[in-house]
Amino acid sequence: MIKLQGISKKYGGKCVLDQVTLELPKGKIIGLVGENGSGKSTVLKVIAGLLTPDEGRATYNGEPITRNIAAHLAYMSDTDEFYLYFKVGQLFDYYASQFEDFDLIKAKEIAQFLNISLDTRMKNLSKGNRGRVKIAVTLGREADYYLLDEPFSGLDPMVREDIAKGLIRFTDPERQTVLMSTHEIKEVEPLLDEIIVLRQGKIIAMEPIDEIRDMYGMDATSWMVSLFKEKA
Amino acid sequence: MSIEFSPDKPIYQQLIDRIMGDIIRGNLKSGEKLPSVREYAVEAGVNANTMQRVYKELEQMEITETRRGQGSFVTENEERIAALRHEMKEQLVTTFLQSVEAFGFTRDEMVKVLMERSGSDD
Repeated sequence: MIKLQGISKKYGGKCVLDQVTLELPKGKIIGLVGENGSGKSTVLKVIAGLLTPDEGRATYNGEPITRNIAAHLAYMSDTDEFYLYFKVGQLFDYYASQFEDFDLIKAKEIAQFLNISLDTRMKNLSKGNRGRVKIAVTLGREADYYLLDEPFSGLDPMVREDIAKGLIRFTDPERQTVLMSTHEIKEVEPLLDEIIVLRQGKIIAMEPIDEIRDMYGMDATSWMVSLFKEKA
Repeated sequence: MSIEFSPDKPIYQQLIDRIMGDIIRGNLKSGEKLPSVREYAVEAGVNANTMQRVYKELEQMEITETRRGQGSFVTENEERIAALRHEMKEQLVTTFLQSVEAFGFTRDEMVKVLMERSGSDD
């Protein structure tokens, strides 16, 4: 279980995260939403052990989170940072050499599911196919947690749908947790169990998706708009 | 293709309606095997936990049954399916009548329009 307690982070005097407290239950797909600059990426980086908070405690199974959490957690950044001369298959081998939990057979199955050829060099792939490869190497790991920073951003609808289906097909809700930041709330809503709303570095709501529809009779997008008005 | 959901109802409820619709229309036959939870979740583009809930509720309504190690099947109980058809008609009529009353039309007026419609379709 991952827990954040009273996490704050400042960049150059500007408060990016302000007393964030959060528990990530096991076996859920959770969406992290909020405007640009609300702190979504920073939350993910703190959980991934890539950023040390100024205040508060971030723990994984009771132990303070460090870079070593990478052994149990697969983090997918929102940037393209692959060696362009690698073929897809070589990239898979590289991941297998870096991560003990990387399952080459699973990764190849994902590649097949997403129609990616293992013999193509990264530099020759379209942006959409690089997006597919990125999710394939991330889900190729058998991690406890998958942290995805804007997995759908800047990709066309076909690719977004493939990535969404890959997520459903290749994660196990019995034992794996997915936390993803996103702007595409409408599209991502059917994938989610829960949604966390960030605003100016604070968590203003965390709700199960079905309860939003049950209680308020509206989808997550309209709910979020009304939440912002209410808390303005 | 992933399913488009309407915003005013929980997604699991819309999936239950969809499967019940398939049974009523006969797209899913009595005794037919349903896809696995995971397969159907991928096809519909929804969370596997949501689909698990859908299957569980359909089973509780005795519209489907789970056979150990084999998966979920549409019930072979024809009476249950007949009852489902009846419930759905009742539900549609209730919704319809609510709208009719909201506009202040009488039931007789509406029955007359329905009769004309069904006559003109022949």
